[in-house]
Amino acid sequence: MGRLTRILAAMAIVVLGVTACGTSNTAGGKIGGTVHILGTWTGAEKDSFDAVMKPFTDQTGVKISFEATRDLDAILQTKIAAGNPPDVTAAPGIGTLIKLARAGKVVPLDDKLDTTELNANYGADWINLGKIDGKLITLYAWAALKGLVWYDPKAFSAKGYQVPKTWTELMSLQSKIVSDGGKPWCVALESQAASGWPGSDWVKEIVLSQSGPTVYDNWWQGKQKWTSTEIKQAWTTWGQILGSNGANVYGGKQYMVSTTFGDGGQGLFSSPAKCYMFNQGSFITSFFDGYTPKPTAGTDYAVFPLPDVNTANTGAHVVAGDAFLMTKDTPQGRALLKYLATADAQDIWVKRGGGKIAINKKVSLSDYPDAISKSLAQVVGDTKIARYDAGDLMPSDMQKAYWGAVLKFVQNQSQLDAILADLDKTQVTAYASP
Amino acid sequence: MPVLQVDWETLVSVNLPTLLLVIVAVPLALVGYIVGADVLVRRLPKRSQASVRPWVWVGPAILFVGVILVYPMVGTIVRSFFDRHGSTFVGLGNFTRLLTDGGILIVLRNNLLWLLLYPGLVLIFGLLLAVLADRVRYEKSVKTLIFMPMAISFVAMAIIWQFVYYYKDPSEPQTGTLNAILVNVFHGQPITWIQDPRFNNFALILIGVWGGTGFAMVILSAALKGIPGELLEAARVDGANELTVFRRIILPLMMPTIVVVGTTMVIFALKAFDVVYVMTAGNYNTDILARRMYSELYSAGNNANASALAVILLLAVVPVLIFNLRQFRAVESRR
Repeated sequence: MGRLTRILAAMAIVVLGVTACGTSNTAGGKIGGTVHILGTWTGAEKDSFDAVMKPFTDQTGVKISFEATRDLDAILQTKIAAGNPPDVTAAPGIGTLIKLARAGKVVPLDDKLDTTELNANYGADWINLGKIDGKLITLYAWAALKGLVWYDPKAFSAKGYQVPKTWTELMSLQSKIVSDGGKPWCVALESQAASGWPGSDWVKEIVLSQSGPTVYDNWWQGKQKWTSTEIKQAWTTWGQILGSNGANVYGGKQYMVSTTFGDGGQGLFSSPAKCYMFNQGSFITSFFDGYTPKPTAGTDYAVFPLPDVNTANTGAHVVAGDAFLMTKDTPQGRALLKYLATADAQDIWVKRGGGKIAINKKVSLSDYPDAISKSLAQVVGDTKIARYDAGDLMPSDMQKAYWGAVLKFVQNQSQLDAILADLDKTQVTAYASP
Repeated sequence: MPVLQVDWETLVSVNLPTLLLVIVAVPLALVGYIVGADVLVRRLPKRSQASVRPWVWVGPAILFVGVILVYPMVGTIVRSFFDRHGSTFVGLGNFTRLLTDGGILIVLRNNLLWLLLYPGLVLIFGLLLAVLADRVRYEKSVKTLIFMPMAISFVAMAIIWQFVYYYKDPSEPQTGTLNAILVNVFHGQPITWIQDPRFNNFALILIGVWGGTGFAMVILSAALKGIPGELLEAARVDGANELTVFRRIILPLMMPTIVVVGTTMVIFALKAFDVVYVMTAGNYNTDILARRMYSELYSAGNNANASALAVILLLAVVPVLIFNLRQFRAVESRR
């Protein structure tokens, strides 16, 4: 920008009579200014985020400029390539972030946050999840739990079904429901450009619980072939859940691929029940709230964690979370990240519901709005082996191929070997240096 | 009542200088350029003034086209011959790798489907509507209705059509328009229009056709109105029936317009992206070149493959452009 711009800017300010109302207001230790955040939240989630931001703006005088996009990977990369990155990015997935972090486009947080306080308030797992190559790159504020099975306790007790504690019990419950003439599962995979991801959740939960964290880590890091015994076994285990041709799933394969993931739980609440179990992350309750009639947490639906496939890996859970990172080092951005790590900030969204589970240990269990989110917060606390969503950790083309593979698999399970061989091919190119 | 909160500081500080720059400074600079350049041109000898002046006037436009069109195009072509880091020359390596990948055949087949069906159907429907609407009193309202989808973005169109193609299990009442008709009127089984590889490409192309027909109709209708009434009158007096009038008089006279609309639609078909991206993300055998290019660029971060795909698309468009230009010149020279 040249002199002309500055002159014009000065003229504009004079013309409009806007005489420096923000910058002179730094009294009382306020930082002032604006922090630009790129994220994915819209609607109710954006309202909740605004509520979280309000005390921050009140305390620091920093205004929030929030830009929402559902295509975060592309927008973020474009902005960075154009030399115009947001100050802070709130990313739901971190595959792209790894690429950006390795290319040095992200500001490491090790010296930007109060590490002692972070260590005191955060479980070690949650800090480690934010590290890339030993450097703290992302800060997690809220956790989401995957591998949860939602069910209607009324429908269960009417048929005398028990919540399964082990994988064997789950399998026998499944065959019991089938022999009673019901459908054990609802599975919904449609999600526009991201179609297939709910099925990829199934597979990664089984990999972690069946073969353990080492295989899981090697797998998302591209060191474990898709055609290897362990990964193939996870797919066939999921195939047993689905039944041949999707026979264990309400509506079969056609329903699976054409039903939006958020609508997948509706079968639980119809009378008679169309299906008895629905595997989805903790966030799904916000979709349940949109159903007509609105089901009530606790009476209409309850939840149990997917049983351990292999008892050697008890307490292993796939978790996800909202990852915050600094794409530009500004005092406002630093202040924001420090604030997001506090119990006060995380508590606001926890109280507003929507399935958000705070990571800061100081957030009290009594702040969770209902019994379900409280029990989920307990599961997060009791988790022994926490792993981030493997799909989100993979390079984005690997992840997209994984989603596509899910859609091919449910349509024709006998194609598994060819599907996995294709994924191996993508693995070779996807992990080649960025 | 919610009060509209205006964040004046942000509004003013971020946008106003840029806005003023665009509104005031850009026209000022252009006027300054033209006036200034003309002063200079007038100093030249009289004879060369006439040959220099056009270049001075068209110069800025050429510069802009050069910077924002030619330079990136050349850059893309060059990049398509290098590896994904842009450092090692690989010759035609990117192209051979792309074209020998099994998945690309389906992509090319889908592009061919788009290329044939999209312009074809848009032209047929557009022409039919233009000719038929010309003969009724309520022409205006018909044309307004048909043209309306043009005002909707492709993404919104895709959302609308999701309701049309919606699938529910056969045990439930069908809420998607198409399946409701199929089940209740024809007593058939509901079809997953978007996912079933037998139908989905046609289902997607139909969305595009719905969006493009209005455009074709309006232009073809304008061409139709330009045909002198006496010609048609004379033909009818000579005993030609309506079909002959259409085939022998209307159609030949409209041909130049049809060709222009057709080639525009061919280019649209090659550029198709939004509908596929929103509806299927290229799954279920519906992928097309432009979407594949997007995923190579943003998901895979593979500039080499993305550039090679862009070059393939460019090569496919060039003959259409040349044909279009020739046709344009032919029409001009006839005038």
